[in-house]
Amino acid sequence: MATVAVSMAGLLSLSACGGGSDKTESGGQAAAKKVEVFSWWTGPGEADGLKAMEAIFAKQYPQFSFFDAAVAGGSGDQARALLSSKLQANQPPDTFQGHAGAELQGYIKGGKLESLNFLYDELKLKSVFPQQLIDQISVQGQVYSVPVNIHRSNILWFNPSVLKTAGISAAPKTVDEFIADLDKVKKAGKIPISIGSQWTLVHLLESTLLGSLGTDAYNALWTANADWSSADVTKALTNFKTILSYAGTPQEDWQPAAKQVADGEAAFNIMGDWAYGYFHNPPDGGLGKASKTDFDWAPSPGTDGTYLWLSDSFTLPKGAPNRDGAIAWLKVAASKEGQDAFNPKKGSIPARKDADKSLYTDYLAWDLDQWSTDKLAGSIQHGVVANDAWRTAINDAVGLFQQDQDVAKFQTALADAAKNSGQ
Amino acid sequence: MRRWWPGLLLVSPSIVAIAVFVYGLLGWNFKVAMTDQHDEISQGHFVGLENFTGIWDQERWGISVRHAVVFTVVFVVGALVLGWFLAFLMEKGIRGEGGFRAIYLFPMAVSFIATGVVWRWLMNSGTGERAVGLNRLLPDFLQWHWFRDPGWGMAAMAVPAIWQMSGYVMALFLAGFRGVPEELRESARVDGCTEWQVYRHIVLPYLRPVTLAALIILGHISLKVFDLIVAVSGKQIITDVPAIFMWNAVFDSHDPAKGATIAAYIVISVCVFVVPYLIWNARRRDGR
Repeated sequence: MATVAVSMAGLLSLSACGGGSDKTESGGQAAAKKVEVFSWWTGPGEADGLKAMEAIFAKQYPQFSFFDAAVAGGSGDQARALLSSKLQANQPPDTFQGHAGAELQGYIKGGKLESLNFLYDELKLKSVFPQQLIDQISVQGQVYSVPVNIHRSNILWFNPSVLKTAGISAAPKTVDEFIADLDKVKKAGKIPISIGSQWTLVHLLESTLLGSLGTDAYNALWTANADWSSADVTKALTNFKTILSYAGTPQEDWQPAAKQVADGEAAFNIMGDWAYGYFHNPPDGGLGKASKTDFDWAPSPGTDGTYLWLSDSFTLPKGAPNRDGAIAWLKVAASKEGQDAFNPKKGSIPARKDADKSLYTDYLAWDLDQWSTDKLAGSIQHGVVANDAWRTAINDAVGLFQQDQDVAKFQTALADAAKNSGQ
Repeated sequence: MRRWWPGLLLVSPSIVAIAVFVYGLLGWNFKVAMTDQHDEISQGHFVGLENFTGIWDQERWGISVRHAVVFTVVFVVGALVLGWFLAFLMEKGIRGEGGFRAIYLFPMAVSFIATGVVWRWLMNSGTGERAVGLNRLLPDFLQWHWFRDPGWGMAAMAVPAIWQMSGYVMALFLAGFRGVPEELRESARVDGCTEWQVYRHIVLPYLRPVTLAALIILGHISLKVFDLIVAVSGKQIITDVPAIFMWNAVFDSHDPAKGATIAAYIVISVCVFVVPYLIWNARRRDGR
């Protein structure tokens, strides 16, 4: 009995020793244990989502400490400028946020990112993400990021009562119907479609292209044998011009443009589904409007059945100071638990197909349903289908078109942009 | 020998710093501008002045240069005239001059970003029933789209800059006015000059160096303008200027050579303002 007790005590002290030495190790490598997560999620909703994911990370991986290296600024303009200088100096954060898809190409070509195929295999991610999503974010068979959320770009927001006054019974299904409706609204004396600053026009362009060309032709525009000079593209761009001719005065950004719809000044607005939070959230961050009565939505004209997606994702930079910590973070970001914690707060849906449906209500429930059944097409403005150089060139072309309204010149500029993109 | 070295020792840190961080980096910029490094990864090769000539074929560059010229002319002339006028009023010796001077100078203490955020709202493009900001104060026929006006939007963009800098110009001119010896004015008056002639022939010639200094200061601010425009309208073609285009080229389309070329043009355009002034200044000093 006594011997047992002694040996038990010995064992205990041994294990205590082990624990102790572990602790000193962790103390010695305190700097290495920090996981620097670089993102641009600082706004309301998104920062809360990040916090929720951080809490799960802290619970699952107590050996690592989360370091929030977020840089403020919508859509990550400032953050990306800082990030690109950090990567060039070979001082990467442990993991950084980027739009999934072509936006990461510059980093991939520059050899700044590690392929994540090993992680996809280990976690069997290829079976939980939609196959088309994996296809659209793969570069030569390699996946370089873990999508955390999905946003939808092709949403037509509208004000039901303005539509009623204009004599429109339901949201337009095709681009032609849409143009006819815009005309009815104009005759009723309201702004047919509200627009914001230049990038919101690129956003409108991607929905118009998709709605006019159809999903397959749209997706083909981003492949090697794309034909930007075709008559179909001319037709789509002419539609774009017609739609723009019904636009109100450009607003400062997307929020004031969306607000015109909520306030009943304008009938339609095409904007991503982040507008839902703006419409619906209580004042102080949102407009506090009731969904389906004060505002309503439909897939943008001609795009029903197709999900024009964009996604925030996390990466693994080569030479990450704490590679294990970064991989741990990616595992949380890829997990059902992590995505279900993040997305309801951020107002987006998980990229995974097996999300807990009860967490997503109202718009998000509809959205999640569409995500699981729709065909997929990638967004231009939000970094999925075109790399940075191409996207910037498209932005320039749209900015110039806004001034001169010359379709032929616009199409040439877009064709040149595709040719010179180096993608 | 022994007399100059402590002085040299004292200034040498700043000489070294300026040599590296100003002229060294300027040189590096020109070097990148003369390569074909059109992405961040590849090694550029020397292509001479190809980028400098090629950029003129881009429509956007023409637009941004035109915008910069319109902005510069309206801003510099506007700030000079308004600043001169304010100084002229102050010089008359009004009561509470110190208070007014502080009020007019205050905008200088605000950053262009803060100015831009406020003026973005003031220059809201809504008209008629939807008017907010300044349009609300104006009668209908005077309301316009401000910086969103395709023709003269950049003139509107100069308004906040004039608001911000005219107080500073006023301070310069006020110092200039005060520098005119009272005896000169008096003797002119004794000789039968009207007050207008005193200004025309005595005071204004005295103000010439001040005017030139103000012109240089405003001119170089104007050609480099970036923060104000980003704060007011962001990066849009409708208010594009070379500095915005440069940011776009470097950080959005990841084209270092193009960005460096635009940066080089900005430096050159500022030099066009500054170098003649330096030469003129040096000559004047020699002349004395």
